[in-house]
Amino acid sequence: MAEFFNKTMARNIYFGGSVFFVLLFLALTFDTHRQLPQTDNRGEITEQTSLGKRVWEENNCIGCHTLLGEGAYFAPELGNVYERYGRSTEAIKAFIKSRPEGGIPGRRSMPQFNLSDEELEALAQFLKYVNGIDTGDWPPNIQG
Amino acid sequence: MTYETQAVAKPYFIAAIGLFVAQVLFGLILGMQYVVGDFLFPEIPFNVARMVHTNLLIVWLLFGFMGASYFLVPEEAERELHSPKLAMILFWTFLIAGALTIIGYLFVPYAGLAKMTGNEFLPTMGREFLEQPSITKIGIVIVALGFVYNITMTVLAGRKTVVNVVLITGLVGLAVMFLFSFVNPDNLVLDKYYWWWVVHLWVEGVWELILGSILAYVLIKTTGVDREVVEKWLYVIIAMALITGIIGTGHHYFWIGTPGYWLWLGSIFSALEPIPFFLMTIFAFNMVNQRRRDHPNKAAVLWAMGTGVMAFLGAGVWGFMHTLAPVNYFTHGTQITAAHGHMAFYGAYAMIVMCIISYAMPIMRGRVANGRRAQVVEMWSFWLMTVAMVFITLFLTAAGVLQVWLQRYSDSPQPFMVVQDQIALFYWMREGAGVVFMIGLMLYLISFWVKEPEPVGATA
Repeated sequence: MAEFFNKTMARNIYFGGSVFFVLLFLALTFDTHRQLPQTDNRGEITEQTSLGKRVWEENNCIGCHTLLGEGAYFAPELGNVYERYGRSTEAIKAFIKSRPEGGIPGRRSMPQFNLSDEELEALAQFLKYVNGIDTGDWPPNIQG
Repeated sequence: MTYETQAVAKPYFIAAIGLFVAQVLFGLILGMQYVVGDFLFPEIPFNVARMVHTNLLIVWLLFGFMGASYFLVPEEAERELHSPKLAMILFWTFLIAGALTIIGYLFVPYAGLAKMTGNEFLPTMGREFLEQPSITKIGIVIVALGFVYNITMTVLAGRKTVVNVVLITGLVGLAVMFLFSFVNPDNLVLDKYYWWWVVHLWVEGVWELILGSILAYVLIKTTGVDREVVEKWLYVIIAMALITGIIGTGHHYFWIGTPGYWLWLGSIFSALEPIPFFLMTIFAFNMVNQRRRDHPNKAAVLWAMGTGVMAFLGAGVWGFMHTLAPVNYFTHGTQITAAHGHMAFYGAYAMIVMCIISYAMPIMRGRVANGRRAQVVEMWSFWLMTVAMVFITLFLTAAGVLQVWLQRYSDSPQPFMVVQDQIALFYWMREGAGVVFMIGLMLYLISFWVKEPEPVGATA
């Protein structure tokens, strides 16, 4: 780099730029919080969906699935699974319940988690709540 | 070695390499499960193996960063480390806590681990990369605080170089951003919003400061280029990293229920994120071209140039490929993401850790550089691992493009598992490239034991 651009100038860009963009990011975060009630489907958050989120977390579902596109890419997207299963929490529950303990020879298979009825219902309600989040029309189609 | 206490870096580096081997082993298991679905099922289900794979990556890189800091900070500060004893206590704490966590993942069902460790009282588990039990997370915070304290005290009492100050800024940032791993609201959108404050602001934020300062240190040492020049470059690189990377977080806020303006902000700023990585490549090559000495450690210089190029390709080019919102709409959460993740982590962070190990390890073993034969083996391992990673990335990219087409873009979108079966060929090829990577890594290990016919390089 040429002589006219010295270390002090570089340092000032670093400090000034960082401070400016940290502040901008905080301001945008504040605004995002303000706008979220319109999109994040918080009206559907209940004690049951909160329990469902815990069941989701404590069985490490994200270790195979994506949820709104984030997670592992080994198993289907579940942000829209409620839609894909014909808007039926019963169908979701039936699938989770039906997984064979020993898997399927040669194939990927979801483990049998032996969830209680209460946990199953909560998990299905959680997935229904997630399905209602306004994601800007993502995923592109029902297959996720 | 200029200062005796720099030697505490050695166990950190050894632990890092050991965990790296384990990480790659689990990577091979995962690759196998992609094509032979019931491989090791139900003993090691995919989600467990993946958690082990990604958590080992994070832990070995942290060991590498800490080792790098213990090695270079005393030398830059021109004084002994504040407390080598604390450094060793934290080493064993971190290693044992890490090992127990991994053992927990492997031998206890995850829900049982959550119960055992009281996740109900402070629920933080079960989110990607942050799967550690809350008690482990608290342990990580304690280790990080002790480590930052030790390093900061060393610098405060000594010479404050730009390399030191930037490194500490990165390390403090790492510790502070990790605190957001304790934020886990029941509102999924908010959960995801702050989850990225750990994940994105680590790897596309403060870790770049750590990467930049380690690279700058190695280049100063191996090329003999004037410190003023190197420091100016370092400032420009980290300035661009933060200017683009902070608002660049927005490329994760496209489809998770956040306001629409993030589509614009995320696309524009993250499209600029390759700039700091490009600068790093230019920086490394420029310094080596302008070198005032020929350092006998050719392998370390190769790693330094390699990390510049591969970070730019993996983080920069492969990141840019799917970062614009209209593209990401189709590629989000597919094998394209996996392709980018692999090359970016290898190029930016695995390689910089191997770079500092390559530079520092011979010195800690009492020589300026390894002999010719050991270096040749190390450079072979460099090329095997790097080329293998390029192919892993290319195969995953091919799989990803097909996946997007079949599942998301064509007129008759097909279900996830139907598509997975059709792209299995690319998963097989990825697994093959993974085996080559493992061979490269074994060669890397061997390079530490290669004996010379007669010792050389002691006089540079």
